[in-house]
Amino acid sequence: MRIPAAILTLLAGMALVLTGLWVGQNINLLPEDASLNAPVYDELFKVLFSIGTILLIGIAGLIVYSLVRFRRVNGDQGDGVAIEGNLPLEILWTAIPAVVVLFVGIYSYDIYDRMGGMAPLNDHSMHAMHSDAGDSRTWAGISPVAMEASTGEPPLPVDVTAMQFAFIFHYPDAGITAGELHVPVGQPVALTMKANDVIHAFWVPQFRLKQDVIPGQPTLLSFTATKPGRYPIVCAELCGPYHGGMRSTVVVEEPQTFADWVAQNSPAASPDAPTAVQS
Amino acid sequence: MTLTLSPPSATAPPLQPQGWLRYLSFSTDHKVIGLQYLVCGFIFYLVGGALAGAIRTELLTPISDFLPRETYNEVLTLHGTVMIFLWIVPVVNGAFGNYLIPFYVGARDMAFPRLNAVAFWLIPPAGLLLISSYFIASAAQSGWTAYPPLSLTTPATGQIIWILSVLLLGGSSIFGGINFIATILKLRRPGLKLMQMPMYCWAMLGTSILVVLSTPVLAGTLVLLSFDIIAHTGFFNPSLGGNAVVYQHLFWFYSHPAVYIMVLPAFGLVSEILPVHARKPLFGYTTMVYSIMGIVFLGLIVWAHHMFTSGTPPWMRLFFTIATSFIAVPTGIKFFNWLATLWGGKIALNSAMLFSCGFILNFVFGGITGVALAQVPFDIHVHDTYFVVGHFHYIVYGGTVFVIFASIYHWYPKVTGRMLNEPLGRLHFLLTFVGFNLCFAPQHWMGLNGMPRRVAEYDPQFELINQVSSVGALLMAVSTLPFLVNVILSAFRGEPAGDNPWNALTPEWLTSSPPPVENWHGEAPLVHEPYGYGVEPGSLSLAATSGRDLWSAGDPERKP
Repeated sequence: MRIPAAILTLLAGMALVLTGLWVGQNINLLPEDASLNAPVYDELFKVLFSIGTILLIGIAGLIVYSLVRFRRVNGDQGDGVAIEGNLPLEILWTAIPAVVVLFVGIYSYDIYDRMGGMAPLNDHSMHAMHSDAGDSRTWAGISPVAMEASTGEPPLPVDVTAMQFAFIFHYPDAGITAGELHVPVGQPVALTMKANDVIHAFWVPQFRLKQDVIPGQPTLLSFTATKPGRYPIVCAELCGPYHGGMRSTVVVEEPQTFADWVAQNSPAASPDAPTAVQS
Repeated sequence: MTLTLSPPSATAPPLQPQGWLRYLSFSTDHKVIGLQYLVCGFIFYLVGGALAGAIRTELLTPISDFLPRETYNEVLTLHGTVMIFLWIVPVVNGAFGNYLIPFYVGARDMAFPRLNAVAFWLIPPAGLLLISSYFIASAAQSGWTAYPPLSLTTPATGQIIWILSVLLLGGSSIFGGINFIATILKLRRPGLKLMQMPMYCWAMLGTSILVVLSTPVLAGTLVLLSFDIIAHTGFFNPSLGGNAVVYQHLFWFYSHPAVYIMVLPAFGLVSEILPVHARKPLFGYTTMVYSIMGIVFLGLIVWAHHMFTSGTPPWMRLFFTIATSFIAVPTGIKFFNWLATLWGGKIALNSAMLFSCGFILNFVFGGITGVALAQVPFDIHVHDTYFVVGHFHYIVYGGTVFVIFASIYHWYPKVTGRMLNEPLGRLHFLLTFVGFNLCFAPQHWMGLNGMPRRVAEYDPQFELINQVSSVGALLMAVSTLPFLVNVILSAFRGEPAGDNPWNALTPEWLTSSPPPVENWHGEAPLVHEPYGYGVEPGSLSLAATSGRDLWSAGDPERKP
């Protein structure tokens, strides 16, 4: 006696789900994670990767199976079965994607909230620090308020100017202007970004963060680096002929190394310069 | 091939050129116009493909060493514009729409034949204008999106020619859209109800609604942009008090629906092809219709998902995430319905079927990455990277272009009266499918790991994967050769097809191949059941050999 088709289908479905979950957990397509946001992002990625794998293998399997199983044998001029629809089945396969999509939407909202994306742009205590934050035209990727809330430390403000074809970083507290972004590990960093000419975008793949830098409209982006190292800053918005070369580096350092860097680079080189940095 | 006109006019000298010359004329015959669109589109596809070849050659090495940097940006701008506005949109809408829609509604021509010819004849000059800009001054360098302020600061002549060209093409598209709506709604043969039309009519109705609603917005935006360039107005120029983000909203209000303008007709064409070659009715006709209309509605309210890293307030990010994700639901319905159409059929594994199934696989992949991209936190990492490049090529090439090829294999016998060569067709499919996936699948990984789009130079860690991708592109270029040989040789030496080689039921097959002017010699046929294939489950005697197989296979989930 043959094994009933329903049981085989059930087993295939279970194998498919397990494969999807395994793939999502064990195949890593992402670069190193180096910010507080990155592990949260990776969590969402794993869920989406699992769901996507299940769907793709499932549908590819169905197509290949149908093409092999129901292929027309030579000389057969007959037709298939005249089935024009099946309302309950159609309702089922409308409802399942709707539920999955709603789940993914709500889950990604939660992820975004945990990354700090839904926090208000500024609370009143921060007005003094960012004169631009009160401007209603200021928009943010990740708000500094959220970063401050999650780490309990005041953010280190940095002004970013993007121009064809470079980023310039200015530390208002220490008076340093640099071509590389130096940040201490563990302390939130609040970028206030302005563009001089055309739209650019600030992207650090290892931080999983990106924000366009728009002329005439300051944008904010905050992050907290978690691993010392050198990571690329990439311009991700077409900005002209040398767009591909518009890159910089973010150097994440231990707090002491960072303080030394600030001391060495402060324009006055006065002994009290390190204290100006809130580290 | 002889042309037989209806008796009263048979004696009058024809005003239009006859024979092959009519394909170069201002013909008002919808079939001639359809073929004009198709051949013209294909020529531009070769141009766009050559530009893609230049891009993939540049990306073989991490440094900018093949093209000057300005030229590279011109090439990528031209590639995008040519492929979208001169190949995909005109072919899936104009070519197949003009050829098939009058047949499907039982009409002898489109509602406005002269407008139809005008719409086509806007395309070659607009395309030549666009390409000539490269030789006249320099072509536009700001990408097919032409975001200001970049588009205001790059050389003005090229940008203005680009705007003029896109305006002409947009006009052509709007004329076409109006014509399709009028034809489908007003020229239906008496007795043909809306819910009896072949699915492609619904797809074209939905598409045309999108065209008519959204293309004028693009036109208005580009006119304002041209004022900013020529007259130094400040609509989008921040240094004159304008707002660069407003342009993005207006641009994507057209350009997101444009994705559906490129993809919905492909959905319609697949819905015509699958039932014929699987010998089964199209599964779930009614839900298919509603899902098309659902996609049309949702397609109009998702544009800002292209702007998650731009200036968008949080509530807007949330709204557009949910709206975009929900497009997966009607789209999913269509894919499940196609799978159910295949299930239990008698599938002919010919080139048309293979390309259609390739489309389903590629599009599902592109759809999955699309739902992922709709999620704000996911998008913030991969926006404007090669992940997005991979994603949309899976949609427009893996989706629509595969369907264009499937449709050519399916309707070639109708258009020429001759069959295409099957082994060459399968070779074409194999090369295209392998080349396409080799080219674009690795790009997702590159994007996730830090390679932005539209760059001529990149981090050396991506060199090997870029070379793999370029090999895929080369295979895609090679795959065009068997296709061209096949199409050209078969026109003269192909096996005669007869009027209806696939035993199809839709009205275009119920006339001679190629069809006469005005489509049918007598009364137009009234087809109430365009998908009436298949034997009733109770009377399974026709193909007794495989009847048992059918039952055991189709059983568990298909109790009607």
